[in-house]
Amino acid sequence: MSVDTTAPAPPGPATKEQQPPPVDDGPDRRWWFVAGVLAILVVLSFPLRGVATLPLARSDLTDFQTWLGELSDKLENARDSSAILRGLDKISTVIENVAVFLQELISQPAFPRPVPEIGWLGVLAVATWIALAVAGWRMAVLTGVSFALFGMLGYWTDSMDTLVVTFMAVAICLVIGIPIGIWMGRSSRATAVITPVLDGLQTLPSFVYLLPITLFFSIGVAAAVIVTLIYALPPVIRITAHGIRSVSTETIEAMQSAGTSRSQMLRKVQLPMARRTIIVGVNQTIMAALSMATIAAFVDGPGLGKPVIKALESLDVGRAATAGLCLVIMAIMLDRVTTAASERSVAIPTDRAKRTRVIVLAVGAVVAVACVILSRRQLNLAEFPDKPDLGTPFAKLADNVSSFFTDNLSGLTNGIKDALTYGLLNPLQTLLAQSPWWLVAATLLALSVLISGIRSLLTSIVCIGVLLGTGLWQDSMVTLTMTLVATILTMVLALVLGVWMAQSRAVDLSIRPILDAAQVVPPFVYLVPAIALFGATRFTAIVAAMVYASPVAIKLVCDAIRGVSPTVVEAAQSAGSNRWQIITKVQLPMARKGIALATNQGMLYVFSMVVIGGLVGAGALGYLVVAGFSQNELYGKGLAAGIAIVALAIMLDRMAQGSSARRKPAGNKSRSKWARISQLVG
Amino acid sequence: MTDTAVKVDDLWKVFGPKASKIPGSPDGALSREELRDKTGCVAAVKDVSFEVKRGEVFVVMGLSGSGKSTLVRCLTRLIEPTAGRVVIDDHDVLKMSESSLRRLRRNHVAMVFQHFGLLPHRRVIDNIAYGLEVRGVGRKDRHARASEILDLVGLTGNAMSYPDQLSGGMQQRVGLGRALAVDPSLLLFDEPFSALDPLIRRDMQNEVIRLHHEVRKTMIFITHDLQEALKLGDRILIMRDGEVVQVGTPDEVVGAPADGYVRDFVSEVPKSHVLTLKWVMRPPSDGDALDGPELPPTTVVQKAARLVLDSDKPIKVVEDGRLLGIVTDEDILRVIVAEDTVQESGAA
Repeated sequence: MSVDTTAPAPPGPATKEQQPPPVDDGPDRRWWFVAGVLAILVVLSFPLRGVATLPLARSDLTDFQTWLGELSDKLENARDSSAILRGLDKISTVIENVAVFLQELISQPAFPRPVPEIGWLGVLAVATWIALAVAGWRMAVLTGVSFALFGMLGYWTDSMDTLVVTFMAVAICLVIGIPIGIWMGRSSRATAVITPVLDGLQTLPSFVYLLPITLFFSIGVAAAVIVTLIYALPPVIRITAHGIRSVSTETIEAMQSAGTSRSQMLRKVQLPMARRTIIVGVNQTIMAALSMATIAAFVDGPGLGKPVIKALESLDVGRAATAGLCLVIMAIMLDRVTTAASERSVAIPTDRAKRTRVIVLAVGAVVAVACVILSRRQLNLAEFPDKPDLGTPFAKLADNVSSFFTDNLSGLTNGIKDALTYGLLNPLQTLLAQSPWWLVAATLLALSVLISGIRSLLTSIVCIGVLLGTGLWQDSMVTLTMTLVATILTMVLALVLGVWMAQSRAVDLSIRPILDAAQVVPPFVYLVPAIALFGATRFTAIVAAMVYASPVAIKLVCDAIRGVSPTVVEAAQSAGSNRWQIITKVQLPMARKGIALATNQGMLYVFSMVVIGGLVGAGALGYLVVAGFSQNELYGKGLAAGIAIVALAIMLDRMAQGSSARRKPAGNKSRSKWARISQLVG
Repeated sequence: MTDTAVKVDDLWKVFGPKASKIPGSPDGALSREELRDKTGCVAAVKDVSFEVKRGEVFVVMGLSGSGKSTLVRCLTRLIEPTAGRVVIDDHDVLKMSESSLRRLRRNHVAMVFQHFGLLPHRRVIDNIAYGLEVRGVGRKDRHARASEILDLVGLTGNAMSYPDQLSGGMQQRVGLGRALAVDPSLLLFDEPFSALDPLIRRDMQNEVIRLHHEVRKTMIFITHDLQEALKLGDRILIMRDGEVVQVGTPDEVVGAPADGYVRDFVSEVPKSHVLTLKWVMRPPSDGDALDGPELPPTTVVQKAARLVLDSDKPIKVVEDGRLLGIVTDEDILRVIVAEDTVQESGAA
């Protein structure tokens, strides 16, 4: 009845999509052209090596970068005359006051007390009670144990600070994001306006948000909260809108035909039916906020990010691993509790269960209040005791494991490292960074036209122009090289594991939980094992990027292959295809779009990690951003590097998206992309 | 109050760019494919007119894509019609303001949907009371009314369940209850039983017949199932590609199909269950004995068969004391055994 109830699709594309293979003629020839363009690049790169590569020494500055460096001072001077800047100042002050209040409540000494208002026992008890109320007793146990571990690992204060920043950002996100999401869900015009903005925001690596924030806000907890909330806002908006929109049209029609007004529709139908999805959005927002709150240590945000960065900078694997472990525990706790809460939100309790629940919660509340009072009275219940100390032994263990690997397995790790460095990384870097800029730029433009069509040409020209304008062409090419290498490795891994998972239920059941857990860990943490194995090199960043990007890429590949119609697979089976033939002739070709989407996502994840990898020896753009924080005179260069990162990210995203969904209008394509991703994470 | 519950005149619904230009223009006369190729528009409902009498069960039948669901949605402007006129209870629906349209939907017209459209987060009783709730009826009153309806639609004892805990048939009873609870003068059904198993579908059809006898509401019933249409409908409207092909009583549709399309449709129907003697009788000729038993022309062939076959003389078809024709064993057998020939005798 599709013609009856919905506006019919325009004739051309709809019919085209229904006929499967004949359309493939186009893409096939397209890939030959792509290979041709690449071959031209390779051939020309030999005679032209070292010509017009636009290098810029580490401490040199272009005029533009100098101008950017002075921008901060100019803004500082304009502060008194500009109402906007004063407004921002006010916002910053309010946020800071609230943050300080919360910190004194649970993490920092509340003057004149030597300890926070509520000691560890009180915080632990209240957190456990909240988990009990929203997610059940299992999650309450998990929460209690997690909080105890924060203390025993020796990072109680930092953990509480991270929670303060995360929750302030999330609270503001929800207040802003849910109404915007509702608006988007109910108005197609709002969707058309907001979607591209969200797409853009979600394309950017978390790292680039940091430096610009310092232009407008002085570093500290307020800047941390604000940068975190900007980063965490898109998921809640998108998923809320998705929830509102996915209420079935028939339900909406049924309600309309009963005479429901617009506001009744929202209150009685759309919001209740989208509730579970919205809670999933809250989960996504919390996870995004946690990962950003960690990185916000660069803008002097309090919390676990600081010890991690410090330890990484001094290559102290043990300490980095311990603080990282706290982050992992926190991530898993937050993820599990909010997921359980969303599942509970649709469960139907019996009357007896309801009564029991009220009694249990009341008793729990009394206990929690008692704990709070006790923790205010007794010092050992206020300040987390030194014993039992799990942090020191764990740090030692991590150190030992790390040195075991570097001492005994260095042959293996170095072998891998050297093979990939000399076999793939170096040649590619020579090709991209040592060839004339115009040759590489022309290649990129040609590729973007071939892969994503003529419409992407303008985007690519602008992006390349911006890269040149920042004066960081060569650094950009180095970062691009690392991104490409890591993406290739990630996709190899994703194809192998994804296909394997899609074939076997047992494999899926054993791997998927690991991937789920890996996806909630803040990206920062992945640098720790990578540095433990490979030391501070470009390669470390690539490994970390692979580890970080693999879960999402593997899941997308697996789901894409699963999505191939079982009837077609059965038909191929009954025609006598063997397993390998089914995979290569049926599943992979039919899952091509999904695999392209996995590549797109994998590349964005890789990119954001490669940038962070500047911290551990990856150099290039990421390093320049880090240097922008630490060296005042390089601040402008850091900002320029941030701009270059944005341009690269947009160009890569457009190109990768084009390969998956050419011929479709842009809005549709990106919506379906994010819709699929949000389904995946939900 | 007139005797007409619903009157639809020249109703159009065109999807696509500049849809409003199509009705009445030369393009409007094009076939669906031609129109789509030429203008990119699809005429889902094309110049449809019909009248529904008060208390009648009016069935709209067609295959998927025939525009029947769009048509029923146009009646209360769930889909905004492109052109035409819809009059329900003497109100011109297309001229109504947003708020009077809402009043119409709240008080006069209720609809039952194919996939039920229930609210999963509400108990059965609150689903049934929904229409009253948006109308502003207090909780106690609407629950009292909903309880009555629960009994009426055979859901006694299920008030506190949630929709997901019920079977499909039971869920549709909730949908039916929700529509009945507001005591509407017109009930719209959009393929309400298509998603149900055949046995349950039969139960629900009987349920609708029973309810119609009890509450005597005007009903417009959309279906793609000819059996269902013949079983429920006082009159049937057959649609194809958005256009009306034929409107008539079940025996008219089966006995005198308007064109090859309808004839194809009804060819599989056991005609003896639908056709009346009116359709099989022939004028008496000279040698016929005219002292056999009498039957009215509205008797269904199947019911008359025993009597005709038992009698050795032709049966007289008599209306108001007037002899209309006679029916012999051969006429009956022709319907039951050789269905094909019915068309000729029906056309006669």
